[in-house]
Amino acid sequence: MTSPTPPLVAALLGPAGPEIGCDECFERLDGYVELEIAGADAEASTPGMRAHLDGCPACSEEHQSLHAFVLTSNEEGDNA
Amino acid sequence: MSDLPGIRAAQQAAPAAPSATDLVPPSPRQDDDARWLTPLASSGPAHDRAVRELHLLLLRASTFEVRRRSAALGLSASSELDDIANQAADDALLAIMSRLDRFERRSKFTTWAYKFAIHSAGVAVRRHAWRNRDLSPDSSESLEHLTRLSDDPGEAAETRELLARIATAITRLTAHQRDVLLALAVDGVPIDVLADRLSSNRNALYKTLHDARARLRGLLDDEETTG
Repeated sequence: MTSPTPPLVAALLGPAGPEIGCDECFERLDGYVELEIAGADAEASTPGMRAHLDGCPACSEEHQSLHAFVLTSNEEGDNA
Repeated sequence: MSDLPGIRAAQQAAPAAPSATDLVPPSPRQDDDARWLTPLASSGPAHDRAVRELHLLLLRASTFEVRRRSAALGLSASSELDDIANQAADDALLAIMSRLDRFERRSKFTTWAYKFAIHSAGVAVRRHAWRNRDLSPDSSESLEHLTRLSDDPGEAAETRELLARIATAITRLTAHQRDVLLALAVDGVPIDVLADRLSSNRNALYKTLHDARARLRGLLDDEETTG
């Protein structure tokens, strides 16, 4: 069994697979989050997004926040 | 803005008698035209009302992100953070209004709009948290710190060995790659804060980080192949 990569090593070496950049991540983030919430294959819509979110803390935080906020807004009926 | 395809189609559609399709609830995309895109792209009372309503939604999103981010950074609630949330909502509204014709309908309009508020608020809180912190003028201290970690008995032997190899390989990166990699990965400087200090932007700095990481992985692979 492979032991999990320590966070510092992961931050230094980053994701190995192809990834998109921050600008494209921002462009595609809203559609990606809605597909995730719908249970669809979000990564298929934007290949390289998952790797980028693994490698970029700032974009990852925005992704997590948008996901959480849209879920909350959907529950409250405010995302119309 | 009125040349948006959806808006033009809506304007050209003649009133018709109710049909079976009228009984089907409109899709979120159709809702976006009537609810947001048409009034925001027009002028008059409907425009002003849509702008006010959008600003309220953006303020909710920016406040959500300011609270979330400040909690993660250990910042206490303050009037400065309230100001940041308000300013982020204002900035997001301006960004959205200048990009209405670039809304590509990959999501609901509100989801698209929220991401601007969350982005503006997140960047502003990170800047606020780092406003009084100096960044190391060069990366030598960070590299020394990394080297010390590779000797830390608290780390697993496998990790110590890998960190030592990484610390050696880092010296073969360009000076700019080395500075960016160590600031972001070892010192934990937020990428937007580093971008400000280097008069750069997030996308450009991430490209440097990506290239540095790829070079580093390549050097380690070469070492394994030849070693």
